[in-house]
Amino acid sequence: MKILLVGNPNVGKSAFFSRITGVKVIASNYPGTTVEFRKGSMKLGEEEVEVIDVPGSYTLEPTSKAEEVAVEMLKDGDLVIDVVDATNLERNLYLTLELLERQIPVIMALNMWDDTAHRGINIDVAKLEELLGVPVVPTVALTGQGIKELVARIPEATSPKLPDRTRDERWAAIGHIVAEVQTLTHRHHTWRERLADASIKPSTGLPIAAAVVGVSFYVIRFIGEGLIGYVMEPLFIGLWSPLMMKLSALLGYSGFWHDLLVGQLIEGEIDFFQSFGVLTTGLFIPFGVVLPYVFSFYLVLGFLEDSGYLPRLAVLLDNVMHRIGLHGYAIIPAMLGLGCNVPAIMATRILESRRERFIAATLISIAVPCAALQAMIFGLVGAHGAQYVAMVFGTLFVVWFTLGLILNRTVRGFSPELLIEIPPYRLPSWQALAIKLWMRVHGFLREAIPIVLLAVFAISILYTLGVFDAIANATAPVVSGLFGLPKEGVIAIVVGFLRKDVAIGMLAPLALSAGQLVVGCVVLAMFFPCIASFVVLGRELGARDMLKATGIMLAVTVIVGSLLNLIL
Amino acid sequence: MSAKRQLTAREMHAGQSGVVIQISGGHGLVRRLEALGIRPGKRVTKVSSMFMRGPVTLQIDHFQVAIGYGMAGRILVEVDRAA
Repeated sequence: MKILLVGNPNVGKSAFFSRITGVKVIASNYPGTTVEFRKGSMKLGEEEVEVIDVPGSYTLEPTSKAEEVAVEMLKDGDLVIDVVDATNLERNLYLTLELLERQIPVIMALNMWDDTAHRGINIDVAKLEELLGVPVVPTVALTGQGIKELVARIPEATSPKLPDRTRDERWAAIGHIVAEVQTLTHRHHTWRERLADASIKPSTGLPIAAAVVGVSFYVIRFIGEGLIGYVMEPLFIGLWSPLMMKLSALLGYSGFWHDLLVGQLIEGEIDFFQSFGVLTTGLFIPFGVVLPYVFSFYLVLGFLEDSGYLPRLAVLLDNVMHRIGLHGYAIIPAMLGLGCNVPAIMATRILESRRERFIAATLISIAVPCAALQAMIFGLVGAHGAQYVAMVFGTLFVVWFTLGLILNRTVRGFSPELLIEIPPYRLPSWQALAIKLWMRVHGFLREAIPIVLLAVFAISILYTLGVFDAIANATAPVVSGLFGLPKEGVIAIVVGFLRKDVAIGMLAPLALSAGQLVVGCVVLAMFFPCIASFVVLGRELGARDMLKATGIMLAVTVIVGSLLNLIL
Repeated sequence: MSAKRQLTAREMHAGQSGVVIQISGGHGLVRRLEALGIRPGKRVTKVSSMFMRGPVTLQIDHFQVAIGYGMAGRILVEVDRAA
């Protein structure tokens, strides 16, 4: 048996899904968090049934790609749990009525039930159940309230098989139902609503946006640096380094195995940035430098997502984003990209047209550095002074915007206007934040660490075989001539295809000047996305557009790298 | 007796309320707005608009929708007379 979770965007389907299946999925407070369907399973009596989290949809007459997916999936479901936002009964009932006209049993979850009281909304659940002819259960997916009752009543789900109606007839029927079951009491504006209005009006909203972005950045750095300085570095230098020195002695300070595991000793000591052994730099990059930033970035991002702030930022930036052929909502994938480009490129599905998705995905893969890359830039370039870090990020931002301007003029097609629902502010639940943070950090550890170790391993082998020298000599004209980097810099570029953080790490032993480091970091950030992003890019854009994006990437990197080299 | 005032959602001032009387545009636009709950007969209140042809934010029932400047110009609202 297949159970489908169907409902409007941002009614809490993903939280609901996690509750009933125990499968942890990312849930946020903005429409379109789920862009692809997810499967899980639950026990229903003795039977193990499949549960599918369908992307949010306002109607079964699809108006967007995500809605098409939803309608398609409805065809092979056996039962629908219609998740409804109790605070917006009228609009949500439209989809409900469409569902009730189909031949599929339905049970309704009246979700966000806890929000109705303070909004002065009173719903007569028994009456609603009678009028619709299907079971209705009030729920709060975030806390789990009502979920058991709902699951217990799943066998009661039925299909009243309402006659097919026109849109106007449906709205008329909804008007009747709402008039009978819902009473509103007047109440004063809450502070959250005042804040909501203030953060979307330009006069107050723009300063608020600047403050939110500024504070977020500060907190990410504060927590990230704190973890590195007070936890990771003491651990590595105080605890791990002596152990590695013992291993080094055991292996006789040199030789193949020594260089592979411990790496090169720098002045008789282990230098975690430069030694490049699997057990030294290979562990230090992911755990010592990147993990703290991944942790603090996703902590802050989770807070922004769950509070409901991001769609407001989208409205405020809509103007600017139109210049680069996108609308404001494209800021959400771009911000996700500051964590990792892979989910960011997938999130471009919330954009309606193919043109927008191409521009957004291309810009992300070229000019939005992921958290791992940023952490290494802070670590390596930051040592030379904050102004150099600012140069790297400033350049990437200018590239992002300028390339956007150009793509907007040259890519054919049409970019639609912004049309989004602005969710209310919600106080994020600490439990939900913790789960989401754990999922993302765990995802990083699971996917990144094997590749980092593999990359460091491969580098040692290829060095020994002399393969790198051949590549370095062949590409010297570009790398040295145009970018002003030592010819060995190309190795970092090659490694960048596997992992960007390791690639930046490879610049460390080259003894570069601050200016060269800036050029190197910018080039590495813009050049080929790591293999994981590359695969997703191909899957989301198709082979032809992916090649186009790659061509743009190569051209822009060469131009920007050479220009920077001339200036610095 | 003066005729009631009809303004598009983009001409309304922040804080003004009224009833949607017409959405002029293609079938696709009408349907998308309708799916979001914006259709003739609905009461709307303008929350804000962004300068330089930015999006317009409307409040309908218990939710808010941000609508691009072009689309907002196609939503005709009969505005409440100032009391």
